[in-house]
Amino acid sequence: MSLELRTTPHLHAPDDVVLIMRNVVFALLPICAWSIWQFGLSALALILTTLASCLITERQFNKTNTLGDWSAAITGLLLALTLPPAFPLWMAAVAGFTAMALGKLLFGGLGMNVFNPALVGRAFVQAAFPVAITTWTPSLFEGRFSQFIPGTFTVPFTIPPEVAEWNSRVAIDAFTGATPLGLHKFEGISTPVLDLFLGNAAGSAGETSALLILLGGLYLAARKFLDWRIPLFILLGAGLTAGAFHLADPQQYPSAGFMLFSGGLMLGAWFMATDMVGSPVTPWGVAIYGLLIGVLTIIIRLFGGLSEGVMYAILLGNAATPLIEQFTQPRVFGEKGS
Amino acid sequence: MADWCRVNIMKLFRRRSFSHGVHPPAHKDGTAQIPIRRLPFAPQLILPLGQHIGAPAQALVKKGQDVVRGQPLAAAAGAMSVPLHAPATGRIREIKSMLTSRGSREPAIVLDVYEASTQEVLWREKRNLEELDQDQLLQAIQDAGLVGLGGAAFPSHIKLRVPEDKKVDTLIINGCECEPYLTCDHRIMLEYPDDLIRGIQLAMRASGTRRAIIGIEDNKMDAVKLLAERLRKASDIQVEAVETKYPQGSEKMLIKSLLNREVPAGGIPADIGVVVNNVGTLAALGRLLPRGEGLMERVITVTGSGVRRQGNYLVPLGTPIGFILEQAGYEGGPNEFILGGPMMGPAVSSLEVPITKGSSGLLVLNEPSIRAESRHRWPCIKCGRCVSACPMHLNPALLGQLALAGEYEEMAHDAHLNHCFECGCCSYVCPSNIPLVQLFRAAKAINREKAA
Repeated sequence: MSLELRTTPHLHAPDDVVLIMRNVVFALLPICAWSIWQFGLSALALILTTLASCLITERQFNKTNTLGDWSAAITGLLLALTLPPAFPLWMAAVAGFTAMALGKLLFGGLGMNVFNPALVGRAFVQAAFPVAITTWTPSLFEGRFSQFIPGTFTVPFTIPPEVAEWNSRVAIDAFTGATPLGLHKFEGISTPVLDLFLGNAAGSAGETSALLILLGGLYLAARKFLDWRIPLFILLGAGLTAGAFHLADPQQYPSAGFMLFSGGLMLGAWFMATDMVGSPVTPWGVAIYGLLIGVLTIIIRLFGGLSEGVMYAILLGNAATPLIEQFTQPRVFGEKGS
Repeated sequence: MADWCRVNIMKLFRRRSFSHGVHPPAHKDGTAQIPIRRLPFAPQLILPLGQHIGAPAQALVKKGQDVVRGQPLAAAAGAMSVPLHAPATGRIREIKSMLTSRGSREPAIVLDVYEASTQEVLWREKRNLEELDQDQLLQAIQDAGLVGLGGAAFPSHIKLRVPEDKKVDTLIINGCECEPYLTCDHRIMLEYPDDLIRGIQLAMRASGTRRAIIGIEDNKMDAVKLLAERLRKASDIQVEAVETKYPQGSEKMLIKSLLNREVPAGGIPADIGVVVNNVGTLAALGRLLPRGEGLMERVITVTGSGVRRQGNYLVPLGTPIGFILEQAGYEGGPNEFILGGPMMGPAVSSLEVPITKGSSGLLVLNEPSIRAESRHRWPCIKCGRCVSACPMHLNPALLGQLALAGEYEEMAHDAHLNHCFECGCCSYVCPSNIPLVQLFRAAKAINREKAA
C-alpha cells in the first residue's frame, strides 16, 4: 500500500483565493445592476467593455491562464463603476488595458501590485481625458433602455460630442451636468443626504447608491472576505474631518453625512481601499491606513482642484502601505512592549 | 448571592482565552463517548531507544535475552534522558535501526512477545513515597521513564525540576486537548480522575508548588464538572474551563489564558513562575509511582475515516500502527496515517512505525480536498488572515515572502522566525495555500546548519 505523506497541518480551512474573489464579484453585481437601471444601455455597454478589456489584457500578458482566480473580473467591474456612464467605450477599453497592464501585470500579477489596478486605470484616463471623465448625464432618464447616451460610441481618437443639449432634452428635472459634489463645490447647491444614500443622483456608474454598496460590503465583511476595519476607519476619518470643518463654518463646508454618502467614498472605502494586496495586514497599520485615506479624501474634496478626492487618497494610501506596515509590526508574544 | 451565580456572571464577561488562533472542526464525537479499551499485545514490539527529547536511553539487554513485563530494557543516559521498560514478557530479538515516526531510522529494541504474555506487571521498584524528599521524588519520576505524553515527550523529571534561580508558584495541568480528533486526554480525565489527582499532588510536591490549576477546554464540560466535584475539598487545586480554540493546549497559550502571564521570548514557563504538565502525563505519574512501575503503555485515540472501531485504546509502547489498524477494524481506502493530531502530528511513511511515548493518536485521514494535486497555490494576496491567526503574534505573510526570497537570516533577525512553534494556524487559514509552516521549518533548518 502506498502511503500519503504530507507536512503539517493536515487540515485546511475551506476558503481559498478563488472563493474570496468570486464573492467580491457577487457583491459587486447588485451595484452593477443598479447602475444599469439608472443609466440604461450605456452603463451596460461600459461595464461589458471594461470587463472584456481587463480580461483580455490579463490573458494576453500571462503565459498561463489566470482568469480563473477572478481577480481580473473584479478590476473590470470596479473600473466601470468609477467611470461616468457617458464615458466613450474606446476610452473605457484604454482604461481597462492600463489598469491591468500598468497597474497589475507590470508589477508581477496577482498579489504583487502596489496600487489598486482599477484606480490606476481610472487615474490614467482622468489625466488623459479630463473632459470626458467629468461629463455627467442625468440618472433615470426616459428611454434609457432604448437609446445610448451620445458619447458612448465615440469613434476612437476623436472628441466626444457635447451632451448639454441632449441632457436638457432627456432629463426630467433641470439637470446642470454636475454631480452632487460638483454642485456643492462649484455652485453651492446641496443634495439631500437621503437621495445620496438611495442613489437618486448623478455620478459615476456605480457610486451613486450608498445603500447597495453598504449591503455588498457588509456581506463580504460578514464572510470575512474583506477587512471591515478599513472602511470603518476611512469613514471615521472622513466623517470626523468633514464634521470638524462643518462645525467651524457650516455655510462653506458641507455636513459629514453629505460627505460620507456622496461621490465615490462608499465604493472606495468598501471595495477599493480594501483590496487586500495594497492594504496593510497589521492591526495598527489598518487603522492608520484607513484614517489617512478618510482624512485625505476630505482635504482633497474641500481644498483640491477636483470635486472628488477618493481615488487619489486611496492611491496615496496604497503607496504608504509598506511604510505603514514597517512601523506597525505587531508586538510578538513574550516580547517586552515596544 | 449564591456562589454558582456569581461564577457564571463572571464567565459571561471574561472567557478565559488567549488572542488569535483558529477554530478547526473538532471531529471528536466518534470517540469522546467511548470508554478506553485495552489492546492485546502485538506479536512483535519495536521500542526505539530515543522516544523522548534528550539523549537516547542505553540498552541494558542483549539479543536473545528473556525479559518480563515491567523490566527496564534501557537505562537513562544522563540527566536529560529516561529509561525504557518492557511492555510485555518476551525475548529480545535484536537491537537494530528501525523506522520511526520522525521519518528517520533509529536504534530500537525489537521484542518478540510470548504468546501467553500476561498483563500482570512482573517487575517493580517499590518506594515509600511518603518518605521521599524532593530530589528522590524527581529521581523516582525519572526511573519511571515518564515523559510528556501530550506529544512533546519532554522528560517529566526535568520539567518538574524548578531551576534554582527561579521561583515557581503554580502548577498548570493541561487538559485542553486542542488538536481536532484527539480525545485521549478527555477520556483519561473522565476515567482516571483519582490517578490524575494523585499525580497532581505528587507533581506539586516534586516541583514545590502550592497551587495547581487544571485548564480544560469548554467543549469538555463533563470533565470540568467531574474533576471540580472530586476536588471540592482540595483548596489548592482548581479546575478552570478555557475557550475551545486551537492552539489552546500550547503551554504558552494556556498560561496566558489562565494567569494572563506571557512566557518571555526564548524563555521557559518557570521564568514566570509556572510549571505545565499534561493530564495524561500526571495520570500516568499518579498510577505508576505508587506501584513502582515504569511507563509501558499509553492511551491513544484511534480514529478517522475507514476505522470501524474508533475509540481510545490502552496500547503497549512499541505496537506497530499496522497492528492497531488491524485490531480497530481498518477497512482500507484512505491512506494517510498521522501519529498525533492533524495540526501538528507527523504523517508516517510505513505501517511498521511503532507507537512511542509521545504518540497521542493514530488518525486515518481522508481529506481529498487538501491533497497536493487538488491544492492550487496562488501568490500571497496579503489578506492578513495568517497575521490574525498566529498565536505568537508574528507576521507569517512577511516571513513567507522572506522565505520565498531565500532571506533566511532576515527571517530570524527581523521577523522573529525562532518564536514560531509550528502550530500550523497560518497554513490552515492561508487562502493561497502557501505551505507557510513548511517554509519556516526549512528556513530554521537552514539557519541551524549555517550556525553549526
